[in-house]
Amino acid sequence: MPQSPEGIRPAIYTLSVYTQCRVADMSIGHTLLGLLEAGPRHGYDLKRTFDEKFGHDRPLAYGQVYSTMSRLLKNGLVEVDGVESGGGPERKRYAITDAGITDVGAWLSQPEKPEPYLHSTLYTKVVLALLTGRRADELLDTQRAEHLRLMRILTQRKRKGDIADQLVCDHALFHLEADLRWLELTAARLDQLAREVRR
Amino acid sequence: MMTPAGTLLAATDLRKAFGTTKALDGAEFSIHPGEVVAVMGPSGSGKSTLLHCLAGIVPPDSGSITYAGRELTSLNDAERSALRRTEFGFVFQFGQLVPELTCVENVALPLRLTGVKRKEAERTALHWMEQLQVEELVAKRPGEISGGQGQRVAVARALVTAPRVIFADEPTGALDSLNGELVMQLLTEAARSANAAVVLVTHETRVAAYSDREIVVRDGKSRDMERIV
Ligand SMILES: Nc1ncnc2c1ncn2[C@@H]1O[C@H](COP(=O)(O)OP(=O)(O)OP(=O)(O)O)[C@@H](O)[C@H]1O
Ligand SMILES: [Mg+2]
Repeated sequence: MPQSPEGIRPAIYTLSVYTQCRVADMSIGHTLLGLLEAGPRHGYDLKRTFDEKFGHDRPLAYGQVYSTMSRLLKNGLVEVDGVESGGGPERKRYAITDAGITDVGAWLSQPEKPEPYLHSTLYTKVVLALLTGRRADELLDTQRAEHLRLMRILTQRKRKGDIADQLVCDHALFHLEADLRWLELTAARLDQLAREVRR
Repeated sequence: MMTPAGTLLAATDLRKAFGTTKALDGAEFSIHPGEVVAVMGPSGSGKSTLLHCLAGIVPPDSGSITYAGRELTSLNDAERSALRRTEFGFVFQFGQLVPELTCVENVALPLRLTGVKRKEAERTALHWMEQLQVEELVAKRPGEISGGQGQRVAVARALVTAPRVIFADEPTGALDSLNGELVMQLLTEAARSANAAVVLVTHETRVAAYSDREIVVRDGKSRDMERIV
């Protein structure tokens, strides 16, 4: 998830962002390694399988496969298992090493850092609304409408898509919903606080 | 009263008080055939009261409700309940199935109440149970099935008379995410293919995302978010 110093605008939850986030750049190595754990493969075969399973809207570039494989080779996580006649790097067959298997296991058992999806701007707006005597609930309704616009698109896409699409869309939907629930609770608490302070 | 062209059900300036509580304080509503409208808003804001008024269950103190060109508030009780039986379907959060009846008898019940013969009513009921993927529960009683299954049976029952409006008040409130999704998907698909309108009260945004648009009720007043945003 990209982050800016101001936080993350809801607009960032676009379909393309979520699709691109399916496999973040830094985990391509681990993903290819995981695919190799299932059995040795040629470079072109690795790319094709990756694209099929994880790449949908953004296929891997061949160059990315080679640079990743040479890094994994250098680190001893894969080895060359054979070369098909005809030469070229895509003709190399790679196999995972024991160290590679350990590495995949460690990656899979490591939880991902929870991302701060929410946005300080929303918080700032709620506080400012209350401070200036405006209605935080109307701000919430407007924000919800904006979120819902995208959530409807995601819900429709989920209906038509395969299971992988469904999972990606669900992830986005739950996060969008969480944003709103947080905002709602924050507005309610601040409202309460504002009342108490004014008393 | 003027209603937007093609509107199936519309209400203007609805007011309803319970003692000193103004449950509805000038609420508006409109829905087209085949449209799914989510009704959102905080607890106690008047969502269920609005739904009950629109469905002719509770008479408003004042205001107008037109359904297919007829003024609902000027109908007598018998006319209103006939309308509810034939034109409307209902799904609530819990406790809607008759415990003594089997599931297929429950689903067939609205048809039986309009005088359809048992065999024919149960054949139609079975069709809707298949649509809702609960056909294997025909012979079970509500006490013998899960909450999610019961909710799908209730949706089948709401659809069995081919209603033109389905009123759903927190239909997924008691369900886990997976069953909630399933109920929403089946409910909205069945409604859209039958060109029925759905009035969907929910506080869950993920559930509201199955709607075409939303209104928000606060302090008995409604906001049509489409016109605002
Ligand atoms: N039959 C009744 N008798 C007395 N007061 C009632 C009755 N029905 C509703 N109310 C009051 O009217 C207001 C609106 O209630 P309503 O049930 O419409 O809210 P709601 O938006 O559906 O809330 P929730 O999300 O909690 O279901 C509340 O203050 C409620 O206490
Ligand atoms: Mg209610």
